[in-house]
Amino acid sequence: MADNSTDIKFNENSFKKIEKHNVDEQEKISAPSLTFFQDAVRRLKKNKAAVISFWLLALIVVFSIISIWWTPSDPNAQHVAYANLPPKIANGQIPGFTGKANVGGRIVDKYAQAKVPSGTYYVLGTDYLGRDLFSRLMKGIALSLLIGFLATLFDLVIGVPYGVVSGWKGGRVDTLMQRFIEIISSIPNLVIVILMLLLFTPGLGSIVVAMGITGWITMARLVRAETLTLKTQEYVLAARTLGESPFKIAIKHLVPNLSSTIIIQTMFSIPTAIFFEAFLSFIGIGIPAPNASLGTLLSDGQKTFRFLPYQMWYPAAAISIIMIAFNLLADGLRDAFDPKTQE
Amino acid sequence: MGKYILKRIGYMILTLFIIATATFFLMKLMPGSPYANQAKMSAEQIKIMNQQYGLDKPVFQQYIIYLVGLLHGDFGTSFQFNNQPVSYLISSRIGPSMQIGVQAIILGTVLGILLGAIAAIRKNSWVDTVATFFAILGRSIPNFVFAVLLQFFLAFKLKIFPIALWDGFSSSILPTIALAMAPLATTARFMRTEMVDVLNSDYIELARAKGNTPWQTVAKHALRNSLIPVITIIGPMAVDLMVGSMVVENIFSIPGIGDQFVKSITTNDYPTIMGLTLLYSFMLIVVILVVDILYGFIDPRIRLSGNEGSN
Amino acid sequence: MEKILDVKDLQINFDTFAGQVKAIRNVSFHLNKGETLAIVGESGSGKSVTVRSIMGLLANNAHVDNGSIDFKGKDLLKATPRELESIRGNDISMIFQDPMTSLDPTMPIGKQVAEPLLIHGSMSKKKAMARAEEVLELVGITNAKNRMKDYPHQFSGGQRQRIVIAISIVNYPEVLIADEPTTALDVTIQAQIIDLMKELQNKIETSIIFITHDLGVVAGIADRVAVMYAGKIIEYGSVDEIFYNPQHPYTWGLLNSMPTLDTSSDRLYAIPGTPPNLLNPPAGDAFAPRNPYAMQIDYEQMPPFYKVTDTHYAATWLLDPQAPKVEPPAAIKKRQEEYHQLVAEGKIQSSVKGGAKDGE
Repeated sequence: MADNSTDIKFNENSFKKIEKHNVDEQEKISAPSLTFFQDAVRRLKKNKAAVISFWLLALIVVFSIISIWWTPSDPNAQHVAYANLPPKIANGQIPGFTGKANVGGRIVDKYAQAKVPSGTYYVLGTDYLGRDLFSRLMKGIALSLLIGFLATLFDLVIGVPYGVVSGWKGGRVDTLMQRFIEIISSIPNLVIVILMLLLFTPGLGSIVVAMGITGWITMARLVRAETLTLKTQEYVLAARTLGESPFKIAIKHLVPNLSSTIIIQTMFSIPTAIFFEAFLSFIGIGIPAPNASLGTLLSDGQKTFRFLPYQMWYPAAAISIIMIAFNLLADGLRDAFDPKTQE
Repeated sequence: MGKYILKRIGYMILTLFIIATATFFLMKLMPGSPYANQAKMSAEQIKIMNQQYGLDKPVFQQYIIYLVGLLHGDFGTSFQFNNQPVSYLISSRIGPSMQIGVQAIILGTVLGILLGAIAAIRKNSWVDTVATFFAILGRSIPNFVFAVLLQFFLAFKLKIFPIALWDGFSSSILPTIALAMAPLATTARFMRTEMVDVLNSDYIELARAKGNTPWQTVAKHALRNSLIPVITIIGPMAVDLMVGSMVVENIFSIPGIGDQFVKSITTNDYPTIMGLTLLYSFMLIVVILVVDILYGFIDPRIRLSGNEGSN
Repeated sequence: MEKILDVKDLQINFDTFAGQVKAIRNVSFHLNKGETLAIVGESGSGKSVTVRSIMGLLANNAHVDNGSIDFKGKDLLKATPRELESIRGNDISMIFQDPMTSLDPTMPIGKQVAEPLLIHGSMSKKKAMARAEEVLELVGITNAKNRMKDYPHQFSGGQRQRIVIAISIVNYPEVLIADEPTTALDVTIQAQIIDLMKELQNKIETSIIFITHDLGVVAGIADRVAVMYAGKIIEYGSVDEIFYNPQHPYTWGLLNSMPTLDTSSDRLYAIPGTPPNLLNPPAGDAFAPRNPYAMQIDYEQMPPFYKVTDTHYAATWLLDPQAPKVEPPAAIKKRQEEYHQLVAEGKIQSSVKGGAKDGE
C-alpha cells in the first residue's frame, strides 16, 4: 500500500517549513457568498420555463399599457355592416387570416360580401356588432390583468397584516382570528363573491372588492404559519429579549423572512383572480357591456363558437397563455425560494 | 375520538347558522326586484305578492320564519321557476350534479395519483416533464375553456358524443372530463411533491438497504406514506368542483344545481340562491369534516394520539 | 486473518451544478473477519460516501470512476442491481444515523423488522414475525411481544435505534455498516448503544465498519482505525497506535480537540480553518493549509503512505527521512511517551489483533 510514487521530485526547499499560515486567507478563497435573494435569482434564471414566462408576461404587460392610449381601432365602436368578419391580414395570403369563411360548404369572401374597402382588414376579425376583436382583445387583457393586480393588492393589504398579527399574538387572539377564517372559508369563496356581486352594482370596483373579501384568506394562513415558525427562531427571540418593539421586529425580521412566501403566493393569486373574473363574466355577472375583459370575450365567443370559432379561439388562447405563464413563473419562484428543492 | 367528532359537529352547526343568518340579511339588502315582471305590475299586485311570500312582515319576523323553516327542511318558495319549493328544485336537480361530480373526482384523483407517482419516481425524466406539463395545463386552462373545446371537437366536429343533452352515461362523459381536469392537475402536482419528499427520506434508504427492489420500495413504503397527505386536498378540490360544475353544467345543458344556481342569479331568485348557498356550504363543511376524521383513522400518528386525547 | 471486504483505489465523483466534486480520492482499506474498523473524519470527509458505495446506495449524481470492492471474491462495483439487492440486508446491512427518521412512520415495527427475512428467505410470514420478536427482545426492547404492532412514534429515540439495529442484524449479516449510529442520541443512550453493538458482535459474529466523527466513541468499540480527510485516508492503524502514537498532524489535531480527563486548559483546542473545496482538490497534502507543521512539499506533492509498524501507516511528509524532526504538540508527545512505556512494559503489543501484513 505504501506506494512511493517514482515521479516525486524534491528540491532543496521541499522540506522547508512554511512559517506563516494565513488561515483567514484560506477561508477567503471559497466561492463568493451570495445573499438569499441573489441565490434565489440565480436558481430562477436556470429555470427556462420561468424565464420565458417572465419575458412573455412582461411583453403582455407592455401591450396592455400601450392599449390605454392606443388600439388599432375603437374597441367599443359598432359597425353593424361589418359584423362577424373572419380574421384577415393585409392581402389575405396567410392561411387562417384570409378573410374567407365556409358558409354551407362554400368558401365565401366575407369581406367582399360586406363590401369592406380593400385597404381595411381586421386582424382577428369582428364580433356580432362589427367591433374590432383585436382591439377588444388588447383592452380585455389589460382589464383582466388590472383586476388580477388589484385583487392581489387586496390580498397583501388584508392578508399579510392579519396573518402576522394572528401568528405573532398567538393565544386567544389567534384562536378567535382563526375561527373567523374557518367560518369564511367554509363557504365556497365563489358563493361569497357572487353574493357580493349581487349586492353591489357590477363593475371593476365591485369585482375587485368581492374577490378581495375572500382572496386574502390563503395569504393570511400562509403568513400566519410562517410567522409562527419565525417567532421561535433564535434571532427573533434575541430581538425580543433585547426589548425591541414588536413593530420594529416585524419590519426588521419578519417582513424580510416572509417576503418569499408573500411573493410566491402573490404570483399564484394573480392568475386565480384572472380566472375568477373570466368565470364571473362567463356566467353573466362580471364586467358589464360594452367593456371587454377576457371573460366577456370568452362568453360572447362561446355563444357562436360552433359557427364562428375564431371569436372564441383568440381570447381562449390568450387567457390560457397568461394563466400558464403566471403558473410557470410562480412554480419557478417557489422552487427558487424554497431551500428544500435546492439540489 | 368520539368527543372530538361531536365537538366538530357542534362547530359545523354553528357555522351553518352564521352562514344562514348572513345570507338572509344580505338578500334583504339586495337591489332589484324578485318578480319577473314587476314593471308591469300595479302597486296593489305587488302588495298581494308580498303578502303571499311573507315579505310584508318585519324583517326580523321573516328571519325567524326562515330559520324555523330551515329546521324542517323548508328553504322557502322560489320566486321564479313556477313557484316551486326550493327544496323540490334542489332535490330534483342534485342527481345529475352528484353523478358528474363523483365521476370527475374519481377520474381526477386516480389519474392524478398515478401521474404524480410516476413523475416522482422518474423525476427529471421525460415522463416527469410530460406529467408536469399536463398538470400545468390542467391548472391553468379554465375549465369552461376545456368544456367548450371538448364540446367543439369531440361532440360537434367528430360527433362522438352528444353536444348538449342529458341522457344516460354517454352524455356525462364530456362534462366529467372537463370537470376532472382541475382535480387531476391538483392531485398530480401534490402527489409528486409528497412522493419526491418521501423518496428522499431516510426510511426509504433503509428500505433499499434491506434489499427491496426499487419497485418493492415504492409499493411497500413510498406509496402509502405519500398517499396519506393526499386526502387533505380533497376539501379544496370539492370547492373547485362546485365552481366548475356551474359553468360545465351550463355549457352542456345538464339539469343540475350548478346550472340552477347560475339561472337563479340572473333572475334574482333570492330564496333559491340562499338555499343553494347553504347547500354548497353544508356540502363543503361535511367534506372537510369527513376528510379530517378519515385522516385521523388512516394516519397512525394521529390515530393514536387522538385515542390518548379522548381517554 | 481473513479479509472479508477489500476496498481498493476507490474513486468517486459527484456531478454538481458547480462542477465535479472529487469526493473520494483513491481510498483503499480492508475489513478483517470479526473485527471492528472505525472510519473517523469530520463531516464532508467522505466517510459516508465510502460505505454507501459498498451498499450500492450512492446518490444519482455520484459515479464510481475507479477501484474495486471485493466481498467474498466478488467485486461489488461490477455486480448487477439484482445481485446487490440479494446482498443488501442479507450479507451486508447498514445502521443509519438518525433513528427518528429511518423507520417507516406508517408501518408497525414488527413488520419492519421481519421485512429483510421475507425479502431474502423463504420463511413463512408467521415464522418471520416470531424471529423478529426474538431479535427485538435481543436488542433490548422490553415486552417485545406486545409491541410488535406499535408504530415508530410510540418509541423513544434510543429504543428506535435499537429497532433499527434489530432490522440490520435480523438476517445475521457478515458485515454490518454503522453510519454514525450514536450521533443523534443522548450521551447516556450512546453508551448503551455501543455496549449493545459490542455484545451483538460477539453473539452473531459479524464484522463491523463503524463510521463516526467522534474519537471518544471509537476508543470503546474499534479494533482498528482509519482517519479520513478530504476524501482520502491519511492514517490507519490499530486503535492503540492511532490513540497513542499518531503520526499525521491532522490526527494530532483531532486527538487534541477531544476533551480528556486531564485537559488542563478550560478551552478546547479546535483545528483552525476549514476543509478544502473538493471541486478543485489541492495538489499536495489537503491538510497543508491548516497544518502548523506544513512544509513546502506539502503544497506540491501528495505524500505517500509511510510505514510506522506492520499495521500502522500514515501519509505525511513528516515521516520522510529527509524531513526535519518536529516536536508534536505537548499532549500528543505525552501520549507517545505513555505508549512507548506501555509497549516496553509489554502491556500493549505494537501489533494488536487484526494486524495483518498490510504492506503489499
